Amino acid sequence: MREQFETLADAVCAAPPGIDLVSLSFAAETTDFIRFNHGRVRQATHVDQRSAAVSVVRGGRRATGAITLRGDTHADIAAVLAERDALAAQLALVPEDRYLLLPDTATSTTRVSEGRLPGAAQVVDAVAFHADGTDFVGLYAGGPVVRAFADSRGQRNWHSVASFHFEWSVYRGGDQAVKSSYAGTAWDEAEFARRMVRAREQVGLLARPRATLSPGEYRVYFTPVAVAELLNMLSWGGFGLKSLKTGVSPLMQLHEGRAQLHASVSLAESVSTGIAPRFQDDGFVKPDRVRLVEEGRIAGTLASPRSAKEYGVAATGANGFESPESLAMAAGSLSERDVLEALGTGVYISNLHYLNYSDRLACRMTGMTRFACFSVAGGELVAPIGVMRFDDSFLRMFGEGLVALTANAESLPDTGTYAGRALASTTAPGAIVEGFRFTL
Amino acid sequence: MDSLETLARRTAPSADYWSVRAVTEQTERISVRDDVAEAPVRQRDAGVMVCLMRDGGLGYAATSDVSAAGLERAFARAAELAAATARHTVFDYRKVRMPVPEGGYRSPNDKPAAEVSLAEKYELVRHVCASAKIDDAIVDRAAGLWTTRTHQLFVTSDGGRAEQSWDFMVPSLTVVAAANGDTQTRSSAGQYNGFCQQGGLEVLDRAEFATDGPRVAREALELVHARNCPSGEMDVLLMPDQMMLQIHESIGHPLELDRILGDERNFAGTSFVTLDMFGTYQYGSRLLNVTYAPDVHAQFAAFAFDDDGAPAERQWIIKDGLLLRPLGGAVSQARARELRADIAGVSTTRACSWNRPPIDRMSNLNVEPGTSTLDDMIASIDHGVLMRTNSSWSIDDSRNKFQFGCEHGQMIRNGRLAEVVKRPNYRGISASFWRSLAMVGDAGTFRVMGTPFCGKGEPNQVIRVGHAAPACKFTNVTVFGGAK
Repeated sequence: MREQFETLADAVCAAPPGIDLVSLSFAAETTDFIRFNHGRVRQATHVDQRSAAVSVVRGGRRATGAITLRGDTHADIAAVLAERDALAAQLALVPEDRYLLLPDTATSTTRVSEGRLPGAAQVVDAVAFHADGTDFVGLYAGGPVVRAFADSRGQRNWHSVASFHFEWSVYRGGDQAVKSSYAGTAWDEAEFARRMVRAREQVGLLARPRATLSPGEYRVYFTPVAVAELLNMLSWGGFGLKSLKTGVSPLMQLHEGRAQLHASVSLAESVSTGIAPRFQDDGFVKPDRVRLVEEGRIAGTLASPRSAKEYGVAATGANGFESPESLAMAAGSLSERDVLEALGTGVYISNLHYLNYSDRLACRMTGMTRFACFSVAGGELVAPIGVMRFDDSFLRMFGEGLVALTANAESLPDTGTYAGRALASTTAPGAIVEGFRFTL
Repeated sequence: MDSLETLARRTAPSADYWSVRAVTEQTERISVRDDVAEAPVRQRDAGVMVCLMRDGGLGYAATSDVSAAGLERAFARAAELAAATARHTVFDYRKVRMPVPEGGYRSPNDKPAAEVSLAEKYELVRHVCASAKIDDAIVDRAAGLWTTRTHQLFVTSDGGRAEQSWDFMVPSLTVVAAANGDTQTRSSAGQYNGFCQQGGLEVLDRAEFATDGPRVAREALELVHARNCPSGEMDVLLMPDQMMLQIHESIGHPLELDRILGDERNFAGTSFVTLDMFGTYQYGSRLLNVTYAPDVHAQFAAFAFDDDGAPAERQWIIKDGLLLRPLGGAVSQARARELRADIAGVSTTRACSWNRPPIDRMSNLNVEPGTSTLDDMIASIDHGVLMRTNSSWSIDDSRNKFQFGCEHGQMIRNGRLAEVVKRPNYRGISASFWRSLAMVGDAGTFRVMGTPFCGKGEPNQVIRVGHAAPACKFTNVTVFGGAK
């Protein structure tokens, strides 16, 4: 496929007369999606898709058009050239964009990660065997994903990853379940089997009589998955330059010095350790690391090219939403095996669900507990709990409320598959937080 | 696309059933922020989804290669997946009688957007953006137009054929005011496009897009100077641009048949509704009447056939508060009937595009108007708050414990509208909330709205949904405001 892309790029990325720059952003994936319910297949879908977005620029004017491609080099070149020329003709009708910013250096990059992925029948058989007798529901998604960029200055970027992620829940009944996942580039059925054994063991804990919690404040342990849910919420407007400059960032209090996170909290957009492409759709190449929060204090923001131009700062290669794609929270020092003892009495929260801001400027979030959450007493799991709604400030939770972060930060791939498979990830440790507020 | 039908019928292998759904979608987005135009983005997306059933197995294969060779490969891949799953499916797909569609659909489109030049559209959006600059405290303004034209041809192995085309128009306007030590965001109908309809530029007339800027900006200024919404138990009067979210989250999703059957438990969640509740469960007060309404003129998710080819017909979902039928299409209905023989459904199995298989979705799901005027409802409230325009939403995985927030609140005291309050939020439990429905607004309060962003499914899909509703009054609701 890379050869096809290079041929397409060479044909399209030649600026016609009167055009300053032509760029091409390319995306493709070939994915097997296998959806399970009750341990059996609900839908098995193969998707083969590729698309290209071509942009033309003249002075401060730019127009962009995206089209799907067939995979036939000659047909695709003709289609993209036609789109490019139509956009060039349209430029006269496009107003000048004084915040248009394009890369001033051409930086080519390559990342290729080969994989050893299972066939669809292999996954179906593995589930039939290892999940037999369980109420298993989930999604396997696997195959190669490509992102690429080219422009008429000669820049070429290629990012190709062959990977899979498999996320599933084993239900005991009602809404009681244990959620598990297995992701990587080399499928190992034995590893899948081990994770299924662990899920079966954990679901056994849900058989204990369920505890009903009253609204109030609780000492809680968030697993890395739950911390990542909170961080993903914070990523919605929390780290972008535009939301800061327009006064709607949930971290305004932090920026204005009116609040401070715990000194053990450090956050960074860590491209070098993530799985996201190093480049974005305009061709900006991202730095290895952008510090966002350092020892509880603001250390930086993510600036899209447009915001960078508007507010006169350096672009960080952020996407248009200025949300991180490889957000990493630094680990702490609490050993995982000491978590329950350190928690003492409280609530073990495995997963959170459906978060939103209840007061964005106060960084107050609401959401639900989900899956295998337990009340804890004397350092022991006591009883599964019914789902609880929370409403609390991230600044409080990870400020004065933070007791400890675990010593291991887990890298959690974004399993989102809207339009295409996501290539983002979040790295997070577990956290013990005092005074977490359940409301309903 | 006629040639594609010929191609499909020539290419298809032997099977118990197959269908081909070809989708072409063209979009254009233009936006102006703080009077600076951003570069236009247009997209033309085209591809084909093949569905094939054989020996009880089911396989889907999607491709952006719409050539004869591409379609042939897709059929082959779908057949492989049907074979791989045949002994392992959650349901023997030979048991479902798939619909055989015949007909078509075309959106209303009185003033086609394509007949207006890009420069003219920019001029309109520029004007709307500029009109919101009414005070120095207005610190950010963004206006936009998102137009989409979608064409879909669906053909089946037994001669079915449905050709549908839609035009969608989504205007947007968001204004931020900063003053008084606070920042407030106000939008024309929600920051996530609550006013969206099928049609052309006439949709903008109905949205009052060209003249709405000063109103939105004025309300942003009111909010930034307002006090927080008070906390306590009180009556709430929800306007249609919040009702749509309330319907969506706490009626629509829990009634999706695939959730009830467990398909979504790993992702979107399950439902507090079970199959035995249909026909007997009092979902809300007797004032609650909910329809599946694919026939409402210009509503966002109007269509003639769903994506399994089933004809779309208006149905009561909840009548006089009684739960009648779930939102589920042909396959889910067949699965559910193995558990309860008399379960019904509606034709609302849909896919977001060619690259995803169809699943049970909401389409147009509406609360029907009642008999109360807005004045009557306000006059009936001693202590309460009127809330407009959703800004925050969260609900549990069984669709019961919810918490929603709005952009704009206005206190009601002794039967009269009083001061504006900011950050109005409320929380409740679906199963009891709808029973507190005390008054339903008349047709004069009814508004056709929707959202382009309903997310669900594995693999994930974002789909267009329509919700129309009158203003509604609920009693004894837990209300609260922001932190400061």
